[in-house]
Amino acid sequence: MEAALSNNAVNPQVLSIARQQRVLDRVFKYSTQFFALSVLLTLLGIIASLIFNAAPALSKFGFGFFTTVEWDIINGEFGGLIAIYGTVITSVIALLIAVPLSFGIAVFLTEMCPQALKRPLGTAVEILAAVPSIIYGMFGLFIFAPLFAKYIQPVLAGTFGQIPGLGIFFSGAFNGIGILCAGLILAMMVLPFIASVMRDVFEIVPPVLKESAYGIGCTTWEVVKNVVLPYTKTGVIGGIMLGLGRALGETMAVTFVIGNAHKISPSLFAPGNSIASTLANEFGEAEVGLHYSSLFALGLALFVITFVVLTLAKIMLMRMEANQGAKT
Amino acid sequence: MSTRDPSLFAKRKRANAIGLTFSITAMLIGMAFLLWILAILLWNGFSAISPSLFFASTPAPGTDGGGLANAIVGSLMMVFFCAFFSTPIGILAGIYLSEYGENNKFSEVTRFVTDIMLSAPSIVIGLFVYAIIVYNVKHFSGWAGTVALSLIAIPVVVRTTENMLKLVPTTLREAAFALGAPKWKVSMSVVLRAAKSGVITGVLLAIARVSGETAPLLFTALNNQFFSTNMNAPMANLPVVIFQFAMSPYDNWVSLAWGGALLITFTVLGLNILARVLLREKVSV
Repeated sequence: MEAALSNNAVNPQVLSIARQQRVLDRVFKYSTQFFALSVLLTLLGIIASLIFNAAPALSKFGFGFFTTVEWDIINGEFGGLIAIYGTVITSVIALLIAVPLSFGIAVFLTEMCPQALKRPLGTAVEILAAVPSIIYGMFGLFIFAPLFAKYIQPVLAGTFGQIPGLGIFFSGAFNGIGILCAGLILAMMVLPFIASVMRDVFEIVPPVLKESAYGIGCTTWEVVKNVVLPYTKTGVIGGIMLGLGRALGETMAVTFVIGNAHKISPSLFAPGNSIASTLANEFGEAEVGLHYSSLFALGLALFVITFVVLTLAKIMLMRMEANQGAKT
Repeated sequence: MSTRDPSLFAKRKRANAIGLTFSITAMLIGMAFLLWILAILLWNGFSAISPSLFFASTPAPGTDGGGLANAIVGSLMMVFFCAFFSTPIGILAGIYLSEYGENNKFSEVTRFVTDIMLSAPSIVIGLFVYAIIVYNVKHFSGWAGTVALSLIAIPVVVRTTENMLKLVPTTLREAAFALGAPKWKVSMSVVLRAAKSGVITGVLLAIARVSGETAPLLFTALNNQFFSTNMNAPMANLPVVIFQFAMSPYDNWVSLAWGGALLITFTVLGLNILARVLLREKVSV
């Protein structure tokens, strides 16, 4: 019996096929792995090329590059503070507006929406996320900014602008375009991203938990506040960070409406610049040299900031996923 | 202290009403934005849609008429080549993560990095491609634009492929193994085939994503005022033309920009809806 079996196994034809397939299998595994590796290598390549090209500017200006206001192309003095300030402040404004609205949308979609409307409205939110950023930019420049200057800025100046201490943020000419306008357009852009992450994490709350809360007489709002939100806390923060990552790196929507002025001003009505808009406006014309290298240094700063934010977002969302199994 | 304090009950009801009203308002604001943007696009873009938009090239400064033919063809070519390269690369990498990357450090790191790349600022991708390609060959080109777009598209394809392959039941794989099929055959002819429509969805989403990308093309493909199908030369493309024309002082340029914006938005939204329809069929089966 054993002899017969081994006889069968040594059938040279079968053996050669098996051997061939084993080689093919290995080739397949390593080639797919190679392509997976290529994604990793791209990231390393991006970081390396940014550091390499930013090195001349960073070695000349040192860490002071990130704390200097000067951006003088003619005299070769470069500092990134204006652009970094613009990037951070527009993103903060965007989040201040987008986070509560996204939260409202997610609550509506998960807790209040009639079943028949759930899918179409959910798709509509995702469609809003798919609109290319340049469209938001055009919309902001031609449609939103004039309306903003005519109707909203005077009101803001008349109310918040009169409060001592706060007034300085809402002073100056009503131009429409500027830091605040860029923040508002950014808010519209990141709103659907944050809203769809929040909706997704709200949806994984076990119905039993919500039903028990309703069973003891909680209102919908109390269920959201005391059951849904605590359960999904990490996921919600992850979604917000994801939106922040998007807002920081957004180029086209901001470039159209931020005003592109290398100035730093406490007023949110004033024009400014973000890292991405500086790159979009100046990189095409920069001669290889200090200006070119300084732009790379800004790119590096942007990449590092978004990398950290996105990493935190990812960790939060992963923790959320891991907890999901443990809690249910 | 009574638990049936009527004022407490009224307060809770009020808080609930405020919260829910806020939620409905937020939803209405979101939808209003979407409708507003689409209405504005149709309103401003529709008047620019004419045969010359598709058959004439971008006009020189100060001249009348003209169209976007060179930009449309340039965009189509770059997006086509981007899909051509990133589809196989993305799918193979996705197969690795799904079929071999169960519990190893390498695939964990790759997955993480892919997720970061999904949201990485696209303008930095443009800088990178400028530094490695444009700077070395000393001129802007359609190929550089294609590479930049591919770097954005690949992570999208990788992640959707992986997720779709993971939905394929393990029993299907085991059945194929039991028949003596080698792993590569199981992956390609059984698992990938079973997840076909999901994987196509990923490719469509990636194409939709790169179709509207402007920032990475600014320093790679740049622009070309003339009709050109030479991938080795600077190439006109819709997003960059829209950007330059919208910021210009000429009325007919701005009008063309709106026409281009309308084209791009409806292409992107159409692709997105198509992808969703495909996916819904897949999930319901």
